[in-house]
Amino acid sequence: MAPPRHRDRGFSRRIQYGLFFGYVAATAGIVAGLALLLIARFNPVTFDGIRGLALDLTTPIASAARPIVRGADSLGQEIRDYLNAGAQNSALRDQLVQARRDLIRARVLAAQNAQLKRIVKLVESDPTVVATARIVGSDLVGSRRFATLAAGSADGVQRGQPVRTPDGLVGRIAETGRHAARIVLLTDGGSTVPLRIVRTGEPALADGRGDGTLELRATGGVHAFQRGDLLVTSGVGGVYPPDMPVAVVVTTSGEIATGRPLANPAKLDFAIVLPEAMAPPPVAPPAGRTHR
Amino acid sequence: MTLIDTDPLLRPSATRLWLVPVLSTLLGSATALLPFVVSAPVLPPLGLLMVLAWRLLRPEMWPAWVALPLGLADDLLSGAQIGSAMTLWTITFLAIDVADHRPMWRDYWLDWGLAGIAIMFCTLGAWALEGFAEGVGLLWPVVPQIALAILVFPAVARLCARLDRWRLTR
Repeated sequence: MAPPRHRDRGFSRRIQYGLFFGYVAATAGIVAGLALLLIARFNPVTFDGIRGLALDLTTPIASAARPIVRGADSLGQEIRDYLNAGAQNSALRDQLVQARRDLIRARVLAAQNAQLKRIVKLVESDPTVVATARIVGSDLVGSRRFATLAAGSADGVQRGQPVRTPDGLVGRIAETGRHAARIVLLTDGGSTVPLRIVRTGEPALADGRGDGTLELRATGGVHAFQRGDLLVTSGVGGVYPPDMPVAVVVTTSGEIATGRPLANPAKLDFAIVLPEAMAPPPVAPPAGRTHR
Repeated sequence: MTLIDTDPLLRPSATRLWLVPVLSTLLGSATALLPFVVSAPVLPPLGLLMVLAWRLLRPEMWPAWVALPLGLADDLLSGAQIGSAMTLWTITFLAIDVADHRPMWRDYWLDWGLAGIAIMFCTLGAWALEGFAEGVGLLWPVVPQIALAILVFPAVARLCARLDRWRLTR
């Protein structure tokens, strides 16, 4: 095939000028785009308005189709459950007996705990719920790990608030529209959460890696982590309320371990938005790690 | 229909001529809104694939600056930093313009190769710009996405050709 000849548009002045100004506009656009990125880097709150508006406009599409997708998603599981009904039944019965024993033990401990707290007069702020809403989608294409929540600033949701499900911590609100908000998941590369290892009480940090896992770093020593360790929020820093379950250690190598978030993003249906544990500082820190 | 309405050359309406490519690209970008919740980027960037397919199929249709508004729409739909797709797509368009000026033979494989380079540039560029603006995770989850996007490109180009034929017939 011969090379395309379309760029030779003859000797018409008008067309030549048009082509030229097209290139000028494109170059100016590139400069403007880079300027926008620089602004986003140094003042991340600038574009909240327009991004929130886009979020509001696009969320209804996702929320309408979400139940269908969830239905198809769980169909395979339901068929498998039906086939395994017998074996599952006896296994579950065994588990139930064990769980009942654990529950009784836990109740005793809870009562003891409450008693001890009364003795030392420990004041605990009970976090109230800001909003409970559906999670309707996530970023499928980009390299950030965002999820979209069907509640926005009209429901009291604000940038920076922590989000959880009954299973554990999900992430933090990154930006809000009127009726929708974007959550930075724990596994996003820009997310860092202060944690505590339940077994030892040692502090740790969880950084998102962008591939569905967390990188856990202990501040307390070389062999801080063991496989299967449960990590909860420590409450340090005043964003996340303390003692929310976050992750389980999957593999360890020296000081660094890999964790799996307890709240599986693919199975999330409803999420609870909590207020920030303490009043935010004057300029709310953005979700990105690099600004801190 | 009166005689004056009928176009003797049977040309399609001007609206359809420009709306079809723009709308199909926007739809490609809007696949980011599909209601799945995932823990790694799984879908190829269909907006980018669409825009590349149209650019390579109809080089004379769009001036280079068209990538600016289309990229902005892609940024807004996908929740990326505003300006990232805008910049990267426009640079890609200018680069393809430069490639078009080279007197070389062009065929299917060369177009695919050009698209492959463009996809790699845009995806890695988007990853780097996100990292610059807010911070991202590891690079390797992006690699399978790039491979998938390059493999999917011929199918998208086919779809574009189909749309183009429908666009130009009356």
